[in-house]
Amino acid sequence: MSSTVSATSQNEDWSGGNKPMKASYGKLMMWFFIVSDALTFSGFLAAYGFSRFKFIDSWPIADEVFTHVPFMHGQELPMIYVAFMTFVLIMSSVTMVLAVDAGHQMNQAKVTFYMFLTIIGGLIFVGSQAWEWATFIKGDYGAVKTNGGNIIQFVDADSNKRIALKDFASSIETEREQNLAKNGVWFMSESTLSDYTLDEVIEGFESSPNLLVRTQIIEGSHKTVLSREESLKMLVDNGSYVVEGANLIDNEYGTPLFADFFFFITGFHGFHVFSGVVLNIIIFFNVILGTYQRRGSYEMVEKVGLYWHFVDLVWVFVFTFFYLV
Amino acid sequence: MADGHKLEIFRGLIKFKSNTQKIWGVLILLTIVTAVEVVLGIIKPPFLMESFLSMKILNWIFIILTIVKAYYITWDFMHMRDETPSLRRVVVWTAIFLICYLMWILIQEAGYIFDTYDQGYIKRDF
Repeated sequence: MSSTVSATSQNEDWSGGNKPMKASYGKLMMWFFIVSDALTFSGFLAAYGFSRFKFIDSWPIADEVFTHVPFMHGQELPMIYVAFMTFVLIMSSVTMVLAVDAGHQMNQAKVTFYMFLTIIGGLIFVGSQAWEWATFIKGDYGAVKTNGGNIIQFVDADSNKRIALKDFASSIETEREQNLAKNGVWFMSESTLSDYTLDEVIEGFESSPNLLVRTQIIEGSHKTVLSREESLKMLVDNGSYVVEGANLIDNEYGTPLFADFFFFITGFHGFHVFSGVVLNIIIFFNVILGTYQRRGSYEMVEKVGLYWHFVDLVWVFVFTFFYLV
Repeated sequence: MADGHKLEIFRGLIKFKSNTQKIWGVLILLTIVTAVEVVLGIIKPPFLMESFLSMKILNWIFIILTIVKAYYITWDFMHMRDETPSLRRVVVWTAIFLICYLMWILIQEAGYIFDTYDQGYIKRDF
């Protein structure tokens, strides 16, 4: 049998240049990178699922958190803006795949044009993400944190709509100032004080009889609203401090874990989009300079395209698990 | 270079003339699926809020539609449809197997922790 193997075929097998699975080295490695990155993202999303099922009866309702659309101030439009962001990212995926297609036809002008559109789409998405973060960090109504670490919010008794702290909190003269390291002991400082103190919120609440407290516990498909007596008791007995907006420690919309995962997962995804835009810009300039035209192959566009589609793929899942489910 | 691409989706139900046409076709499909998700998410039909296998039917629909979208992004935008079966299996089954395991073990454990809170071993309502 050994005599049937000729010396030449052995050379062809072992001297390199083979393409296992009929994909080039670069493309295969990009696929393997994507698999590992997909596992990283699933790790994050699974951790999010873990925390969510751990607090399944008190998790914030996304429709009540992400209700803002730029230039539509004061209107509650859940999902609209994030649907727009999803569409922008899918659209930039389409222009990317059109660029790859134009690359197969060795059409430099078309690749340039579609790469340009892809970059613009990516920038719009990252910009929207930044705006979404800023709105979330700022918050809109304000809430009170209890001694047990729960969030209580304030609603109107008739309409069941949330009422902002600034609409009812009274104003009490206070000399309390933010403790900064430069003023007192050098190792002691605190974060920015909230606009209202707990006393101001309690006094304002007591003097507005149509206000009720809403807890985080979900009954059916909405949060529990307490009766007036229960509300007063909850606020006065359990109130600890005022929370405005969201950060890694406090979140006026509910459990801090929601904010932590939001910042971490959308942040990690946004970082991927950002690096994708940087890669796209590098490829864009190479296309303009004619690098791939001279090389005779636009495979580099295809490889970066794979990464760009993967970013879109991840967003489809983030969209579902953060905004829909 | 249309010859390098398989130009049909839905197992040949819809056939496209060129790769460019297929790309726009897939975009329309993805847009429709996203629009359905958004509309369902806003109106939340009450009959879909029933629980099925310890999750709302609506949430099952969202997850299935997401996997449908992921399929078309991978198969048509990332050209997985045109790769060899071995490459496809290496990438897809590795990810699916590991992700299913990870989701199962973490969500199972989360349910247990929820029960310990729920049954009053740990108090947090103060």
